[in-house]
Amino acid sequence: MIQYYFDWSVIWRSWDKFMAALGLGLTLAVISLAAGTVIGLACAMARVYGPRWLSWPVWLYVEFIRNVPLLLLIFFVYFGLPELDISYLDKTQSFILTLSLYAGAYMTEVFRAGLASIPRQYMEAAKAIGMRPWQRQRYVIMPVMFRITLPAFSNNLISLFKDTSLAAAIAVPELTFVARQINANTFRVMESWLTASALYLITCYVIATALRLLERRYASIR
Amino acid sequence: MSDQVLLQARGVRKSFGTVEVLKGIDLDVRQGQVVSLIGASGSGKTTFLRCVNLLEEHDGGDILLDGDPIGYRVADGRRKRLSETKVSAQRARIGMVFQSFNLFPHLTAEGNVMLGLTKVLGKGKAEARDIAGHWLDRVGLGARRGHYPYQLSGGQQQRVAIARAVAMQPRLLLFDEVTSALDPELVAEVLGVMQKLAEEGMTMLVVSHEMLFVREVSHHVVFMDQGRVAQAGSPAEIFDRPENERLKGFLGRFHAMFGQAV
Amino acid sequence: MTLEPGTFLFEAWTARFALMNGLWVTMTSSFFSIVLATLAGLLMGVVLSYAWWPLRLLARAYVDFMRGMPVLVLILFTYYGLAMFRINVPPYWAGVIALAAFATAHVAENLRGAVQSVPAGQMEAAKAIGLNFPKRIWYVIVPQAVRRVLPPWVNTCLEIVKGTTLLSVIGVVELLLASQQVIARNYMVIDFYLMAAMIYIVVNFSIAQLGALLERRFSYIRY
Repeated sequence: MIQYYFDWSVIWRSWDKFMAALGLGLTLAVISLAAGTVIGLACAMARVYGPRWLSWPVWLYVEFIRNVPLLLLIFFVYFGLPELDISYLDKTQSFILTLSLYAGAYMTEVFRAGLASIPRQYMEAAKAIGMRPWQRQRYVIMPVMFRITLPAFSNNLISLFKDTSLAAAIAVPELTFVARQINANTFRVMESWLTASALYLITCYVIATALRLLERRYASIR
Repeated sequence: MSDQVLLQARGVRKSFGTVEVLKGIDLDVRQGQVVSLIGASGSGKTTFLRCVNLLEEHDGGDILLDGDPIGYRVADGRRKRLSETKVSAQRARIGMVFQSFNLFPHLTAEGNVMLGLTKVLGKGKAEARDIAGHWLDRVGLGARRGHYPYQLSGGQQQRVAIARAVAMQPRLLLFDEVTSALDPELVAEVLGVMQKLAEEGMTMLVVSHEMLFVREVSHHVVFMDQGRVAQAGSPAEIFDRPENERLKGFLGRFHAMFGQAV
Repeated sequence: MTLEPGTFLFEAWTARFALMNGLWVTMTSSFFSIVLATLAGLLMGVVLSYAWWPLRLLARAYVDFMRGMPVLVLILFTYYGLAMFRINVPPYWAGVIALAAFATAHVAENLRGAVQSVPAGQMEAAKAIGLNFPKRIWYVIVPQAVRRVLPPWVNTCLEIVKGTTLLSVIGVVELLLASQQVIARNYMVIDFYLMAAMIYIVVNFSIAQLGALLERRFSYIRY
């Protein structure tokens, strides 16, 4: 095997770039999770409580997103929207749109499962003390469901953060893109990819740990 | 009934962490005998049974089966743990029936009985099937041999579990509260099978809360209390002439429940 | 129906070989990744569940590493890394290796979960009839774990199929890149991306159906 001499100076010189890229990736993930939560909540409610004609478009949306590769969705939105004369999204915004729709489909399933797993007795107890339908949703169903779905939130945030790596394919300057750029410019293959890997790993670990602490705060309610 | 001692326990001790569950158990089971262990939950009955079958390792004392120590051998005056293969071979000589049946859910009743016959005793498929059929007939489930455990009632599952244990022709059969997980109306069919086995001379060590059964079937009864043998003797001695205060208290609760029948 | 240049049907017909080639590459790379990941994952799952603790720790580190890494980074790292060490591996195989390495971690972790969910009494009953360790695992634990590990395994397979699109980034002409090359010629962006999407949906639905069939095959295992 060929000897490899590590030269980390390249990395230190581009450290700001790495940090900016990491920040961008996290931002993309958080925005998409937030948007996806709204979409998911709306779709789950539509499927569970809504009229029947609403439930199959939701099903179609969820199944389409879940069965089509994310990279294809990214290209589809990025190159396809201008074809429909919608061309005021830049590549970052286009990626956020895609990842939000993507997150929305997965969150729909999360919330649907969450709603389904709420024991019927809670609803009956809420009815028994005379709560109105929206009160039952607001004070009983939603709080319980959010606690049930909390682990799914952290899992989804981590997956979405990892998925932001695909933004590199449309030249959004997040971690993978930067690593690849530095790799190409400096030929420091190991250094650039080890740095990117380490940053991904550490970030995922930090997110997981932070959210586990959050979960533990609410774990008493089951 | 011969007088030969099959299982001999001397000073058996076992701790879980800092809790000493068995504080020196002495006990003999002779060939063809039915010995019952009674006592409150937490008295160590089940732990002792599990030590006999090496599901737990005892920390001190000896358990001898046919004179051979269980779980270790003595070399240069020191104990050496037996290899996995030897331990498995020892277990094959002791059958065990569990409180929660533990039938293998991916195998039929017949498959459950056959597994040990083919994979441990190395019998051929056809022979194993004959033996399994024989024992399933004996526990009254010949017609259910092709059923999966979930298709059987609790009592039926437990009878299959007994057939699975007996079919291995063990020297000794252990029963660990085998009726405790059953609905009351299913208890009798399982106890009936056990009684038949006892009458045919099977050597059995039984942990049970079924006092009527214990009194009826046992040759020897051991009352355990807080990890010790508090009193042992014939059913008559234990049930009619209890001396130990804790035993009197223990039996009192059963008398209260069943009148003077026990 | 008119079959003139510029209509979707004409362009699709013209590009049929390119697209079919792409689909073939998608299918074979998925297949090899799934087979490799399943075999390695089963082995590593047993290591995770039962092995001597230093081995178990190693496997755990591997699994956690893989689960914290984006697949794309793994693919790029493998591709450039191998190239740098002058290990001459075509991008196709670099991609398959990276995908399989990633999915191995998932198969292993799922198997560990499945093994752990088999009630302790099963192991004890198997011990009680005198089965030794390998036989207990093979005849008692594995059949029950397989049933539980099947649904997440099918899921992993679907992820792998979708993951093969990432091979396009290192120049493997699978279905997505093949579609893009077709689009580069005829500019029918929406039509051909949509067609590719439909093909992925058909492939994934078929796999899901096969998975359901397999699950039914094991549905007799109940508690």
